[in-house]
Amino acid sequence: MAIQSDTKPLLEVKNLRIEFPTRRGVLTAVDDISFDIMPGEVLGVVGESGAGKSLTGAAVIGLLEPPGRIAAGSISLEGQRIDNLPYEKMRQIRGRKIGAIFQDPLTSLNPLYSIGRQLVETIQTHTDMSESQARRRAVELLADVGIPAPERRVDQYPHQFSGGMRQRVVIALALAVNPKLVIADEPTTALDVSIQAQILDLIRKLCKERNVGVIIITHDMGVIAETADRVAVMYAGRIAEIGPVRDVIKHAKHPYTHGLMGSIPTIGHDTEKLTQIDGSMPRLTDIPRGCAFNPRCPKAFDKCFVDRPELIQVEQTRAACWLYEKEAVHG
Amino acid sequence: MADAALKQPAATGTEPVLKAHDLARYFDVSPPFLNRVIEGAPRQILKAVDGVSFEIQKGRTFSLVGESGCGKSTVARLVVGLYTPTRGALQFEGQNIAGLTRKQMVPIRRKMQMIFQDPYASLNPRWRVVDIIAEPLRFFDLTSGEAATQKRVGELLSFVGLSPKDGLKYPHEFSGGQRQRISIARALATRPRFLICDEPTSALDVSVQAQILNLMKELQRELGLTYLFISHNLAVVYHMSDDVGVMYLGKLVEVAPARTLFVKPRHPYTKLLLDTIPDLDMKGEERAPVAGEVPNPINPPSGCTFHPRCPFANDRCRAEIPQPIAMPDGAKVACHGVEEGRIPA
Amino acid sequence: MTDSTDDIIVTRSLWFRFADGLRRFFDGDVFYSFRHSPVIMVAFAVTVLYFLLAFLAPWVAPHNTYDVMTLNLMDGFKPPVWEAGGDPRFLLGTDDQGRDVLSTIMFGARVSLTVGFLSVLLAMVLGIVLGMVAGYVGGKTDAIIMRIADVQLSFPAILIVLLIDGFTRSVLPRGVHEQLALVVLVLSIAFANWVQFARTVRGSCLVEKNKEYVQAARVIGLHPALIMLRHVLPNVMGPILVIATLGLASAVLTEATLSFLGVGVPPTEPSLGTLINVGSDYLFSGSWWITIFPGAALAVLVLAVNLLGDWLRDALNPKLR
Repeated sequence: MAIQSDTKPLLEVKNLRIEFPTRRGVLTAVDDISFDIMPGEVLGVVGESGAGKSLTGAAVIGLLEPPGRIAAGSISLEGQRIDNLPYEKMRQIRGRKIGAIFQDPLTSLNPLYSIGRQLVETIQTHTDMSESQARRRAVELLADVGIPAPERRVDQYPHQFSGGMRQRVVIALALAVNPKLVIADEPTTALDVSIQAQILDLIRKLCKERNVGVIIITHDMGVIAETADRVAVMYAGRIAEIGPVRDVIKHAKHPYTHGLMGSIPTIGHDTEKLTQIDGSMPRLTDIPRGCAFNPRCPKAFDKCFVDRPELIQVEQTRAACWLYEKEAVHG
Repeated sequence: MADAALKQPAATGTEPVLKAHDLARYFDVSPPFLNRVIEGAPRQILKAVDGVSFEIQKGRTFSLVGESGCGKSTVARLVVGLYTPTRGALQFEGQNIAGLTRKQMVPIRRKMQMIFQDPYASLNPRWRVVDIIAEPLRFFDLTSGEAATQKRVGELLSFVGLSPKDGLKYPHEFSGGQRQRISIARALATRPRFLICDEPTSALDVSVQAQILNLMKELQRELGLTYLFISHNLAVVYHMSDDVGVMYLGKLVEVAPARTLFVKPRHPYTKLLLDTIPDLDMKGEERAPVAGEVPNPINPPSGCTFHPRCPFANDRCRAEIPQPIAMPDGAKVACHGVEEGRIPA
Repeated sequence: MTDSTDDIIVTRSLWFRFADGLRRFFDGDVFYSFRHSPVIMVAFAVTVLYFLLAFLAPWVAPHNTYDVMTLNLMDGFKPPVWEAGGDPRFLLGTDDQGRDVLSTIMFGARVSLTVGFLSVLLAMVLGIVLGMVAGYVGGKTDAIIMRIADVQLSFPAILIVLLIDGFTRSVLPRGVHEQLALVVLVLSIAFANWVQFARTVRGSCLVEKNKEYVQAARVIGLHPALIMLRHVLPNVMGPILVIATLGLASAVLTEATLSFLGVGVPPTEPSLGTLINVGSDYLFSGSWWITIFPGAALAVLVLAVNLLGDWLRDALNPKLR
């Protein structure tokens, strides 16, 4: 792995494969992906719609919507397999060890309960704190996530909070029982740009302080650049490239990542024409043979149309691209 | 793209295509009549756009940028006549278009079309693409006979980078980017001169966004189109625009040529927005954290509506609404601080 | 490019559109869901069978019960074939006047289905028009239409129908009323049921009208009526179809109830409700078949149509798919 560390990985995903049985055959939405996360590390998972990034997150939390199912591979948290646990057991783990932050804060909060009650309930379900202890903890958490006057606001209801403040409450909920891992799926997509940065800073700061591993799932390279330590770029259900954020963003190896970076307009950089990747991501029903990116790839050659590339170490990152095959063998 | 039939004379002169003066649109968002009577709930007026003035020069792109609820999409809909203005004047090619009836608007609609945000909602799911694009042709009776209509639809499809054969299909058979191309083809069918683009790429993936932005720039160059471009994405605005207006709570706080605005932002809100742009160059600069959120537009703050979030606000800002002041380099800024020189310009 | 434009012109041919529409239907999710639920296939077959038997009754029924000449009072009160004393000519037995019960059911279903179908059709047209106007125009027009609907909804449908029926009875001369009884029945059931359609259409209309494809049509400059007809209506047809199907079942029931009460169809054209009513007089004298068979026929029909309606609601709802 790129990150050298003595500690064991917090989360290990190995050869994960997610399938959807449909009437037109079984679709493979996530195909044989592997990655891991160290404690306190922020992994960004970036990809365009349909890349399989959200499904990967859902599989880790154990909230894959049927008929989607894990067809192969394993997910281990602190060395323990969690992908094959019975529902009740997984629910406990989800409560104690994994926190979740979703795109729309309103779906994570119950509109009928005050946020204090929701926090206290979460804390009491998974710890043996007394009511008053749990309440004190709830107020602390709200203060930690930067909600002004937490003693007063703890008794308010979700609709009394603005969008950004609601997302802060969701973060407080996710961190309420000191989880080891937080999964944030598009945590800032529904928020305005000026609030987006606040929320990202908060997630990063809190998780670093608590040594919590984080998976940030997003379509926005900007979000990744702001928060992640490492990034996995997904394309058509596979990891195209994975490595330290700086290297992936500045020196992308995979032609897809490269094209993706070039297609983002940047301020102060005047071009008449943006680099564009022609075409669009294949549908799950017709993923091309060989490398799934081959119809859009400017550098594709014979082999790309026949064999599927695996991740190959290229300098600091690993890319699934036949261009680097020689380096892997000889260099 | 060598389509001579679609071409128009290139942009000349600096005659404004569109002029908006003190444009405003209020929405009545009061609770229903019974609630008002029984609960004594007051009438509530949302000032979505409140006194906006700007000009768009021929062949140029004017962008409106701002956060959700700032009124930029309402301006787009006012210009295209989907809403009637509560107040103010709107001139298209020298002709007043504010408050025209549907019939009176028809000849103007030919010259002014719109591209929408959501490519999944902007095409009727039950229509074939050929019929979607042919609808304006048939309505304005622009082609003589069915065969000519079909031929023109084929041309339009190839013009936006699709195949004429795609006309046979239904919208759901296309990806988001392809649908946006169909939407553009429909907008171009009447050979308009002015396109209103309401967040045309914000529902698209970045690699597809680049395709659509490139296409739009090419079309502008080839057809001499004028754009009113609405977006919340500053990088996209920088890439596309000649002039930019920054909106906050229904008002234009700063209007300037794009290069001026991004190099030398003057209004504190513009500065705030520029500070939030993610740094993809990975310079590792620490950004100043931005405080606060956009207030509820139904009860906006007094005076300058930005004062609760502004580090430079004083008593005058809290009391008096600032008017746009022209700067020597062509920028217009509505800020007491800039006017008084309190804020370094 | 020339040949590909020719291809597009092909799509304009009606035959191509029809064939393609058919192909899309059989390939579509609704048909798939149909083919995978045996209950629905049975319900569909039963419904089709009813319609066929009802409308072909004059040709397929064993006896023409309207033809008084063929009736023989001596044949009265014959039990079904399998009971002691059954007559092989009368499969399900005969009624008091010697009419074949099976045939009366077929002719009765004919009346019931006609009344049901026509009243639903009328309610649908009324509801669509008012609902669309309310939804699209909005404002005061919307408020007025929907308040009328609310008031109407606070009366039970049967009460409205009884009111209209009573009113026409007192206004029209007796003979005329007899003649117009069916029309009055259809009108009054339709009038009692339009609200459901109007509400649904209005709701869907409000949703669709804010979608960008409708705004795009407005930007082109189309007349609002044209926008509603060409863009909005086809997109709100799904829920309308569901209500129409469920409405057919309830209209048939309403008609049966009224006829059972004796205020529905004239006795000369008995519907299923009339048959049940007539038969109920003899239930306790042992001639159960006169009322039980029409009753069962009605129950099966309503059940089948309701099943179809429920299934259609699920099949057309993409969220449940």
